[in-house]
Amino acid sequence: MGSIIKAKLASVELENPTVLASGFLGVNAGILKRVAESGAGAVTTKSIGPEKRDGHNNPIVCELEHGLINAVGLPTPGFKNMEEEWQELKDCKVPVIASIFGASVQEFVQVAEFVAQKKPAMIELNISCPNTQQHGVIFGTSKEASFEVTRAVKNVCGKIPVMAKLTPQALNIAEIGKACEEAGADALCAINTLGPGMVIDIEARKPVLHYKTGGLSGPAIKPIAVRCVYQLYEAVKIPILGLGGITNGRDAVEMIQAGASAVGIGTAIYYNGFEAFKIVNSELKEWMQANGFSKIEQLRGIAHE
Amino acid sequence: MSEMARISRIVQETPTIKTFYFEKELQGMPGQFVMLWLPRIDEKPFSISFFGKESALSVQKKGKFTEKMFELKEGDKIGVRGPFGKGFALEKVKNAIIVGGGCGIAAIASLPKVLKEKGIKARIILGAKNKEELFFENLESLGNLTVCTDDGSKGLKGFVTQALQEELEKEKPDCVFACGPEVMLAKVFEICEKQKVECQLSLERFMKCGIGICGQCVIDDQLVCKDGPVFNSEKIRKLSEFGKFARLKSGEKAELKDYYAWRQV
Repeated sequence: MGSIIKAKLASVELENPTVLASGFLGVNAGILKRVAESGAGAVTTKSIGPEKRDGHNNPIVCELEHGLINAVGLPTPGFKNMEEEWQELKDCKVPVIASIFGASVQEFVQVAEFVAQKKPAMIELNISCPNTQQHGVIFGTSKEASFEVTRAVKNVCGKIPVMAKLTPQALNIAEIGKACEEAGADALCAINTLGPGMVIDIEARKPVLHYKTGGLSGPAIKPIAVRCVYQLYEAVKIPILGLGGITNGRDAVEMIQAGASAVGIGTAIYYNGFEAFKIVNSELKEWMQANGFSKIEQLRGIAHE
Repeated sequence: MSEMARISRIVQETPTIKTFYFEKELQGMPGQFVMLWLPRIDEKPFSISFFGKESALSVQKKGKFTEKMFELKEGDKIGVRGPFGKGFALEKVKNAIIVGGGCGIAAIASLPKVLKEKGIKARIILGAKNKEELFFENLESLGNLTVCTDDGSKGLKGFVTQALQEELEKEKPDCVFACGPEVMLAKVFEICEKQKVECQLSLERFMKCGIGICGQCVIDDQLVCKDGPVFNSEKIRKLSEFGKFARLKSGEKAELKDYYAWRQV
């Protein structure tokens, strides 16, 4: 028995389907544990890279009517400079997903090999960040590159499941997802921010973000996220972590109906703070009870039937 | 989103501190901050010195961003995003001591007036390196004022923490409100704990989003931009990094002295 909103992502058991999205908050162990205490089913670290990297200058984010646009630029202390965080994360009460990035297959492998030894619940491959030239989308928009990175990382991760985070910029996201599955990915995560977009302050007569362009997140991109997850669900057999604009229980229901096994929470934190997870979970539970569902699996993908 | 606000006047407070008055209404509590944006340069958090129809921020020249700010003239526009964060909480306080050290005076500058309006008794302690670096001394009309300088060029020779110690011995307040360098705040906290007096401290960390989503400004499990910047004794007791560590732009944890050395650049 147990909660009706228990979820499973590859081999990772979750008390509930809400997962802290990479890039939000996950700078240190302390804040990840607080997110866990606040009701998240799993937490994801900020993407970890091969070397120390500062990211972009401010402004890195701009508030919009229906979401956010950001270009943080993958700041990271580098995988070698995080020992204290790994130690402190050992007693985190929910699974910890380690997000990683690199500028080449070799860099991805280098980071993955090290991070895998820290025994995270899962490794997320960030092949979808739109906010640098050399990381992210350059891999995630190519079938071949996505396959190559995923296969190379799988080879060094042992039993740790690997999840590829995909970009809506891909011309055919289902093809990319399939390539990752064929390369051995244990799960997919969709979608990273949409874009790149741009906001100009007309008084300043300049782009607001220092990087000029950035990725869109929040309610405005939910229909695109739902479409991507729907297409991926038809193309692959591995589970999907669906995210993009999920703010309330109905959003989560929609994403699960599209085919997601769990849902990511990011921009909802801007609206609801640490309560974002409890809000989605309690409303999801309520909806399931009101509509006669006793398991997430019964709901998953039913929009395809 | 930032709003471009016109600078109505600029007051040179000390050789290194200017107060910028804006044609923009800011309402909130002392201790709250705004993100100031210089297009194509950077965006940084600053405590609000004065609230109201014409709001103000006091800025100390110490790096590339503030050097650019010091080039601004009256009539120029600058991006303002906020106010953000939690300011000082005045509930249940009837008798207070306000401590401001160096450019930390900016964050507590509007507090004496708010306390006076609420009928809260205030003693004010201001500290600076020397007479030239002292500002907002006109707060005298709003409470009992003690001035300290490191070199004794004005008021008491010594640190604000010594003056605080003496004031606590005279009469214990319900709360000590303080802002200044973290070394000073750590000492204020230590004194208050010893004397069993509650305090609220305005903390600083390198900030990016300002709205509680990026995690850059974490101290342990607290976000300075959203949970703070003002933290009370109960929260500070749980912060293992307070007075010891802060994070660099990459998110790497560094000793406070290394953090401050980097922030000076």
